Amino acid sequence: MKEIILIKTGEIALKGLNKSSFEDVLVKNTKWRLHSLGQFKFRKAQSTIYCEPQSDDMDLDEACRRVSHVFGIAAFSRARVAAKDFEDICENTLDFLGEELEYAATFKVEAKRADKSFPMKSPEICRELGGRILERYPHLKVDVEHPDVLVMVEIREAAAYIHGKQLPGAGGIPIGTSGKAAILISGGIDSPVAGYMMAKRGLELCGVHFASPPYTSERAKQKVIALMEKMAEYCGRMKLFVVPFTEIQEQIRDKCPEELFTIIMRRFMMRIADQVARKQDCGALITGESVGQVASQTVKAIACTDIVTDLPVFRPVIGMDKREIIAIANEIDTFETSILPYEDCCTVFTPKHPRTRPRLDLVEAAEQALDADRLIAQAIAGIELVEIKR
Amino acid sequence: MREIYLDNSATTQVAEPAAKAVYEMLVSCYGNPSSLHRKGLEAENRITAARKSLAKLLDCDPAEITFTSGGTEANNLALLGVAEARARKGKRIVTTAMEHSSVEAAADRLEQLGWEVIRVKPDVMGHIDANEVMAAVDRSTVLVSCMCVNNEVGTILPIGQIVKGVRRKNPETLVHCDCVQALGKLPLSMRRLDLDLATVSAHKIYGPKGSGALYVRRGIRVLPRQLGGEQEKKLRPGTEAAALIVGFGVAAALAGEHLAEDARRIADLNQEMRCRLLSMPQVVINSPADALPAVLNISVPGYRSETMMHFLEERGISVSSGSACSKGAKSHVLSAMGLDPTLVDSALRVSFGRYNTKADVEDFVLALQQGICTLAHR
Repeated sequence: MKEIILIKTGEIALKGLNKSSFEDVLVKNTKWRLHSLGQFKFRKAQSTIYCEPQSDDMDLDEACRRVSHVFGIAAFSRARVAAKDFEDICENTLDFLGEELEYAATFKVEAKRADKSFPMKSPEICRELGGRILERYPHLKVDVEHPDVLVMVEIREAAAYIHGKQLPGAGGIPIGTSGKAAILISGGIDSPVAGYMMAKRGLELCGVHFASPPYTSERAKQKVIALMEKMAEYCGRMKLFVVPFTEIQEQIRDKCPEELFTIIMRRFMMRIADQVARKQDCGALITGESVGQVASQTVKAIACTDIVTDLPVFRPVIGMDKREIIAIANEIDTFETSILPYEDCCTVFTPKHPRTRPRLDLVEAAEQALDADRLIAQAIAGIELVEIKR
Repeated sequence: MREIYLDNSATTQVAEPAAKAVYEMLVSCYGNPSSLHRKGLEAENRITAARKSLAKLLDCDPAEITFTSGGTEANNLALLGVAEARARKGKRIVTTAMEHSSVEAAADRLEQLGWEVIRVKPDVMGHIDANEVMAAVDRSTVLVSCMCVNNEVGTILPIGQIVKGVRRKNPETLVHCDCVQALGKLPLSMRRLDLDLATVSAHKIYGPKGSGALYVRRGIRVLPRQLGGEQEKKLRPGTEAAALIVGFGVAAALAGEHLAEDARRIADLNQEMRCRLLSMPQVVINSPADALPAVLNISVPGYRSETMMHFLEERGISVSSGSACSKGAKSHVLSAMGLDPTLVDSALRVSFGRYNTKADVEDFVLALQQGICTLAHR
């Protein structure tokens, strides 16, 4: 029983002259995703990509599951391949859609005949096939408006395809078509969601994580790796740069006013992330900041951290409520891992009374007490690279 | 005397890599997995790897695996834990009359507590009809529990069909499958079978005794049977038996690798033995032809099971009479199948494993013939 996967591209279809190159990236990404299941052949035709397994015992359920997580796909469906012969089409339709039809009340047949040499015209196919279906399942009625089951038959050059139910794709545009960005990932609920949202717009990601042993644990680092592995399901392979942050945090604690601890720390993080990003050819930074959630994320505070980098900083969850962010985290399966209780460095030296409306000139003055360039260079020199795969 | 072990459905020897892994955990990686320091983290990481390995064999998510002390605990957790969590949703449990004693006893307890328990009977060959299970499911049915492979006769239940039928009848009903005898012998996919819960055990797949697991589909609420710390997401608190769990993980990986080959070899051994036994008029074969080849249940009417079993044991052969857990008590499964008491009294269970050979089949048949000739009988 031969089955294939039909992929419907969404926005890509609107990209005009770029359409072909976008589609190529999509095919490349999908190929990579399905690689471990076996060989697939990809064919492009109008706004559909045909994905054909090259061996008979392919795990198509798993293939569909993976396809549903590839960005750039609006919808997809499974299709049964039949010979371009009416009897074979009928037999395969009844076999493939039998169970659905058995338990449905209404149906409708639609036919598309791309190969004009096929002897029956589309309306005839609908009529005859509909008749056969009613013979087998006399309880069914035809409903052309809102059928329970839509039997879609497509006659093409190579074969006849009987479409299964259409399932929603992950949306977005293919990873890599928008360039690269570096995401500051903390292990909290917000940053994985922010990463996912930007990857959805076609950005290839690399992660930057700040670790402060012994204040933060090995488990906290493992948690971040686990989160990125979950994100990899959608975002593909990524590099994670773990930055040794202990000395910087201790210096800030020793030499800066307490109420400015967090804001100065975040400025250092942005400077380091900026350097890592540039080295990795990233055009932007991404953070999980949301306005008003915590003391360091007020508008003024964000302005103070924004200013240390020239790269655009994308904050996709900035306008979202925690509730909304958690809903996405559950969808992409990062929530449970995020709430594991391992101390991350943002909470390590929390001031008792953080300044929520810091003045930039005062912050800059406070930073003078530190040898920023040396500290940053040292941190960057000690970066540990972790390769993230699914 | 050569050891001829033909009781693999009772338990299996531990595969060397699994045994080595257990030993290493005991002497070197002995941290408490819940400890915050590195020693604890090392142990936790090994458990995470074992969980992943078992999840791969079961084709489910590692987060859906809860480690327990064995199959019995997992079965109890499934039945009693689900019933308690869903007590307000209904009052009926559907199961079969040929389940393992842990499922049977848990169902009996639920009956005592006021639940309505329907036990679908097998036919004379040990088959369960999926339609009968479906018919027993009604609007108040909270859980259906059916084993995948019967441990006494080896019958394979139509789990895929049963799940589909139950879903049509009542989409709220949960389906639990005791997969202890099936794991490592049949390809099992929690995803494809669409199961809500499943029980597995290490010591049936060449892993150590004392470790089992309950698969619980994401989103399903099960109330714990024991209370304490935070381990296993509070579903099964208590310091993890890290060494045994790691052994389970290694055994699971090996089972995946050897599944096809073991199945082929064991099918050959079963065929060989059936051929030889068919030419012995005193022997009745109880297992149907489509049973799992790993289990072959036979009867020699007139010869008490236990006597024959001891006779064989004197010649180095280990087989089972009745089910191991009932210590030789009469098989409720064979009785439920409606088998004649003479067959039930003389039933022997031969169960093949990865390390059995043709010579084992030879020696068993010869010894059985000897027993038939020399033992006093009715």
